Amino acid sequence: MADTSHGTGGLTFDKSKRTWPNEMNILLALIIIIVVFELIGQLAPYMRGQSFLFDTKDRFDSIFNEARLQIIILQVAVIGIIALGVTQVIITAGIDLSSGPLVAATAMIAMSFAQTELVNGNPNPKALFGPWAMDLPVFIPIVIGLAFGALIGAINGTFIAVLRIPPFIATLGMFLVCRGIALWWSGGNPVSFPTEQFAFIGSGMMPVVWFVLLAIIFHLIMRYTVYGKHTYAIGSNEEAARMSGINVKRHKVMVYMIASMLAAFAGIVLSAKASTAQAGMGEFYELFAIAMAVIGGISLQGGRGSIIGTVLGALVLGVIRSGFTYIKLDGSYQLMAMGSIIIAAVVLDQYRQRSRA
Amino acid sequence: MSDIVLKTEDLTKHYGGVHALEGANFELRSGEHVAIMGDNGAGKSTFVRQITGVEQRTRGKVWLYGKEVDFAGPLDAREAGIETVFQTLALADHLDVPDNLFLGREKTKWDWLGPFRLLDYKAMRQDTLDALERTGVKIPNIRNTIERMSGGQRQCVAIARTASFHSKLTIMDEPTAALGVQETAQVENIIRTLKEANEPLILISHNMRQVFDLVDRIIVFRRGRICADLDIKSGDYTGEDVVSYITGAKTGEEYMETAT
Repeated sequence: MADTSHGTGGLTFDKSKRTWPNEMNILLALIIIIVVFELIGQLAPYMRGQSFLFDTKDRFDSIFNEARLQIIILQVAVIGIIALGVTQVIITAGIDLSSGPLVAATAMIAMSFAQTELVNGNPNPKALFGPWAMDLPVFIPIVIGLAFGALIGAINGTFIAVLRIPPFIATLGMFLVCRGIALWWSGGNPVSFPTEQFAFIGSGMMPVVWFVLLAIIFHLIMRYTVYGKHTYAIGSNEEAARMSGINVKRHKVMVYMIASMLAAFAGIVLSAKASTAQAGMGEFYELFAIAMAVIGGISLQGGRGSIIGTVLGALVLGVIRSGFTYIKLDGSYQLMAMGSIIIAAVVLDQYRQRSRA
Repeated sequence: MSDIVLKTEDLTKHYGGVHALEGANFELRSGEHVAIMGDNGAGKSTFVRQITGVEQRTRGKVWLYGKEVDFAGPLDAREAGIETVFQTLALADHLDVPDNLFLGREKTKWDWLGPFRLLDYKAMRQDTLDALERTGVKIPNIRNTIERMSGGQRQCVAIARTASFHSKLTIMDEPTAALGVQETAQVENIIRTLKEANEPLILISHNMRQVFDLVDRIIVFRRGRICADLDIKSGDYTGEDVVSYITGAKTGEEYMETAT
């Protein structure tokens, strides 16, 4: 059957022919940024030979400046958890603007079921509900928080996939609704003093543990499961996905639900970390989460990107924030510089894609 | 009745006042390869769109293997065993060859994980290599994403995809229209493979040489109606005859009344 004179020798699966992964470029950028900060620290006269990366305080037990590294990662961990979900949404060629306010709303709701009855022997001054809601087992606020996230995600997904509202509009509306819920929940008052168990979720380096754990799980899911494959397929060619028998509507609703549940979990971690929940929490988080994904090479046109990219994008953002503070750049300049870097990342990415095509 | 794969009766499609397809009676027997020819706008693609459920017919009946069918959408048709290569390729550009071949019907492990069940990449890669070998398609590296491939390679992937899932009926809408000589030869090889496997095919094509090389029968459409049914294996017809039917210089005897 097969024409042997033409041969089928060209049929190969050659590992060595796999292309240079996009993530390597981001890793390279990350290293360059760190080197630049290190050089500024060593060479700029006003820095007096400080080091960004290394331990210079004559402590022999460590090479790196561990405190700074910890802060860098801790700073991006909570938003990073949101970014894991936003990444999946963007891969389907969607967007989720509602995650920041959802963090606040979930923080308020979860914290109200995580309060402790007695604070230093006195009744909890911020108690929202009666004694029935005090000192509940830790899984109750977590389950309630995640369920709230799932509900918001299901609403987002239904409007986008079934009623065909553009994702930008649907989630912009949800952005306002969630901020409203956060304010309405306790009439604008903070909800504070959680149980020890609940506070543990966000204590110390726990946010980083959650971020790393979830990043690994979703990396595996996106890469090795049917869910991941269909997410990429929908973002790449929605019509083709539909013709192939994928239930596109149901899948999109699932993606938005997972994204919102991750944002809700970020809200739980954030409130546990702060031991309080306030309606103003999570401001600009949705934008930073999107920025992490975009710096990490996730294409807003859909179909392209990976969880590893987003994790590297999160680290880039963390290093830049920390680095700017370290070289004593004023906060206003920091915002301007960070905005420029986000735009530059997208310009570079588009340029690279065009030159490859 | 049992050896008739597809039968249509009075299949008609009007777009508002435009009679794109009018009273098409068509039969396809098992193992048969039939070409549909005709000028642009003669109703070829319209005919295919009615059979595959992409559009809803105005009137008429369709039988698949003796069973009357009424597809609500292309998915229904596909589940019933009709595989179609459309003019616009239904491939996901950012995915590689096995991903596209198995899109929507992935081989999986650990199915108890529901939507998070694992993809069996190894089995799918092996099956892809087998399918490509069987159909004689040459693709340098199946791990390449579709966006890095030439038009011909994309077409071959799309066709290998339909050919690798033994379907009850394969429909190809101008599969070689945008391809070079070598790529066209590859696609034609796949079609011959289908013929050897006794799988029925409807081929829409403008390429006279190709049609005479490949198929058993030519159905000519003109202005929305079938105007000729030519058994070309008998050797009674030449390419010039077919052109006469397409342009309207001739009309098949049995269609004299309807086709004008």
